[in-house]
Amino acid sequence: MVTFKDFRNNVKPNWCPGCGDFSVQAAIQRAAANVGIQPHDLAVISGIGCSGRISGYIHSYGFHGIHGRALPIAQGLKMANKDLKVIASGGDGDGFAIGLGHTIHSIRRNIDITYVVMDNQIYGLTKGQTSPRSAEGFKTKSTPGGAIEPSLNPLELALTSGATFVAQGFSSDIKELTAIIEAGINHKGFSFINVFSPCVTYNKVNTYDWFKENLTKLSAIEGYDSSSREEAIKVVMEREGLVTGIIYQNENAPSYQDQVIGYAENPLVDQNLKMSEEEFNVLLQDFM
Amino acid sequence: MLQQLSWKVGGQQGEGIESTGEIFSTAMNRLGYFLYGYRHFSSRIKGGHTNNKICVRPTQVRTIPDDLDILVAFDQETIEVNYKELTSKSIILADSKFSPIVPEGCLAPMYIVPFTEIAAELGTSLMKNMVAIGATSALLNLDQAVFQGVVDEIFGKKGREVVEKNMQAIQQGFNQMAEQLGDRLGEWELVPADGKHRLFMIGNDAIAMGALSAGVRFMAAYPITPASEIMEYMIKKLPLFGGAVIQTEDEIAAATMAIGSNYGGVRAFTASAGPGLSLMMEAIGLSGMTEQPLVIVDTQRGGPSTGLPTKQEQSDLMQMIYGTHGEIPKVVIAPSTGEEAFFDTIQAFNIAEELQCPVIILSDLQLSLGKQTVEPFDYSKIEIRRGKLVQNEEIPVAEDKSYFKRFEVTEDGISPRVLPGTEHAIHHVTGVEHDETGKPSESATNRIAQMDKRLGKLKHINFNEPVYVNAPYEEADILFVGFNSTRGVLEELQQTLIDQGMKVNHAHIRLIHPFPVEQVLPLVAGAKKVMVVENNATGQLANILKMNVGGHGKVINVTKYDGTPFLPLQLEKQVKELLN
Repeated sequence: MVTFKDFRNNVKPNWCPGCGDFSVQAAIQRAAANVGIQPHDLAVISGIGCSGRISGYIHSYGFHGIHGRALPIAQGLKMANKDLKVIASGGDGDGFAIGLGHTIHSIRRNIDITYVVMDNQIYGLTKGQTSPRSAEGFKTKSTPGGAIEPSLNPLELALTSGATFVAQGFSSDIKELTAIIEAGINHKGFSFINVFSPCVTYNKVNTYDWFKENLTKLSAIEGYDSSSREEAIKVVMEREGLVTGIIYQNENAPSYQDQVIGYAENPLVDQNLKMSEEEFNVLLQDFM
Repeated sequence: MLQQLSWKVGGQQGEGIESTGEIFSTAMNRLGYFLYGYRHFSSRIKGGHTNNKICVRPTQVRTIPDDLDILVAFDQETIEVNYKELTSKSIILADSKFSPIVPEGCLAPMYIVPFTEIAAELGTSLMKNMVAIGATSALLNLDQAVFQGVVDEIFGKKGREVVEKNMQAIQQGFNQMAEQLGDRLGEWELVPADGKHRLFMIGNDAIAMGALSAGVRFMAAYPITPASEIMEYMIKKLPLFGGAVIQTEDEIAAATMAIGSNYGGVRAFTASAGPGLSLMMEAIGLSGMTEQPLVIVDTQRGGPSTGLPTKQEQSDLMQMIYGTHGEIPKVVIAPSTGEEAFFDTIQAFNIAEELQCPVIILSDLQLSLGKQTVEPFDYSKIEIRRGKLVQNEEIPVAEDKSYFKRFEVTEDGISPRVLPGTEHAIHHVTGVEHDETGKPSESATNRIAQMDKRLGKLKHINFNEPVYVNAPYEEADILFVGFNSTRGVLEELQQTLIDQGMKVNHAHIRLIHPFPVEQVLPLVAGAKKVMVVENNATGQLANILKMNVGGHGKVINVTKYDGTPFLPLQLEKQVKELLN
């Protein structure tokens, strides 16, 4: 049987001690084991930033791409080989600044991949500049007078962009986070998972203690119905996005691949490249 | 009898000008004539002058002539804009609807035909283009039956009656014109063609069909002129082969999705024009650094910025070779005919997998959108080569979770390639400098080893016929050098100058990068003057040539950057002025 240890490799992460990303990595490894896939059937595609290094720390296929573009690489891979489980991951700068366009359109497109954002509300690797997730008034190297722009709300954004799976986790609650990622992998469509993953070096406001104090688990809200988009939008707005758990899931929505006309049953990678002479002659007829 | 016919139809955009040209030329193609077309159009949907110029002759043609034999005008603007191309031997066919006037200085006689009126009497003025085709066929003394097949195909779905009405429109156009011509009927008759069936297509069709024949099963693209037809073809055909096209949110997504798909083992590509390629540059670097195959088509148009989006230019050359930051192995291919566009696209996919690097297929607006006659592609010449792709069963069991050496330093620099999903071949891929297993590494020794390995791959390129050469002279007065769609005009001018007693050679560069020094150097050495003919202002190919083979003193830049292709007589004049 596959265990989370099978997804461990012998590379030592270069994250700061105490970084939230360690737990996100552990949760992905556990979720993959729980789903029951082999390491070679998993591909982790990541962006750039501290969090982007994650694809090198999991024993699976990994692709560390360019800043903000993990999602299109991951979607291209999934289109090529639908038998693979594909997880895209990156930071809040990756997904909500430089790559925001891809985030929205990936959500709309609903290709069956899982997207895990490690949200620390700061740019870490470039040593402490503001992020689209930084709170208004947050002082950083690039916003010495405090951030002027309001913080972007990824959950509201996802819910209004046609998402079929929206969840949020907190890296210090590995158990809940593992369950969320597992559900995301099993979801037939695009699963959007935002994870509060504190930066212990540059973010002295949104700390582990701060999150523990301010987060509410949806499982603690009696009667919360994650199949209702209306309820999801309401709870996210009321609690200013400070909730964890599966916020919304539409289990009946068909994925992108399910709707592509003529898309092969078998993975495209298994197809024979050369067409027959008969097929070729039919193509020529169009131009005669 | 005419040896060749130069025909143009013009009017307002959105008025059916294109379909008039399309129906006429398709019928001529089926008679076995060779055709070559040029479309003048603007970046708007309705309104504005548009025209379609077509050259027809019984032998291969790859350029449009300077002059016109017949101008079919649906409005006065068409006459005003185009009359300078008319000679005393030409003729204007104009619709009576707009009370046409022959401009002062115009040498050609005009015949006024009630195109719209005849069409309206038959039921709808929309058929005025069919009347015009009928009138044209009277000039050429063509049997209207040649249009039956084309009309059947276009209007068959709308029922018998519509087909018959359209054929009647052609017939009446013929009759009207025949009556007016009297003794001159058939004066513009063309020498007969061989009746052989050939392809009639735009370069974008050839590229797209090449991609499909190369085994492409996925395309990601963002619409742009003049590349969109490639995506549209794939959207029509890929479902028949199990594949898919995604219209992405931008060109960055298009290029990176194609990288993801290639990483997964599926031949995938994207197609765009200069502005899109600018956005893709970082992704192209990623493909080079991570050694993932990637094929991108760049259909050049007038730049920079939005520039002249519907006009001819060849100004992306330097960007295609040098656009990315850092240094990567990259291949740039520039086909010049429909046939080359088809086969070079297949070569591009083979090379991308063999060298595990980005390959750019460079086209230009005239090649991409100009419709031309092409000999049917030979199926037996389609070859698919996938390089060092390692199959699952060949890989030994990995011990202690050690990573597969996906970036192994080998003698030819090309490492074994495995696909995600392969057991025992797990490895990491990153745009960060990395070691043989893909783990990030900043070691100086490793850096040099990996850089040398990647850049050295280009030495092993396997490209068939990197230069088209027509060099009858060992010692030539002039060597013409060009790339992409200038092939035809240079072929024509070469012959003209040879007929005038000059010794002229011609080399058309098909593989731009890595530059085919071996083939080009002796040609440059054997020429007194090297004239590099290109549609840009700065002489980009001339500079590339000088950089690779020298010849600085004898290279002459022959440039044109007004948005239109070179024309044979115009170019002859320009060349002679530069020689004096």
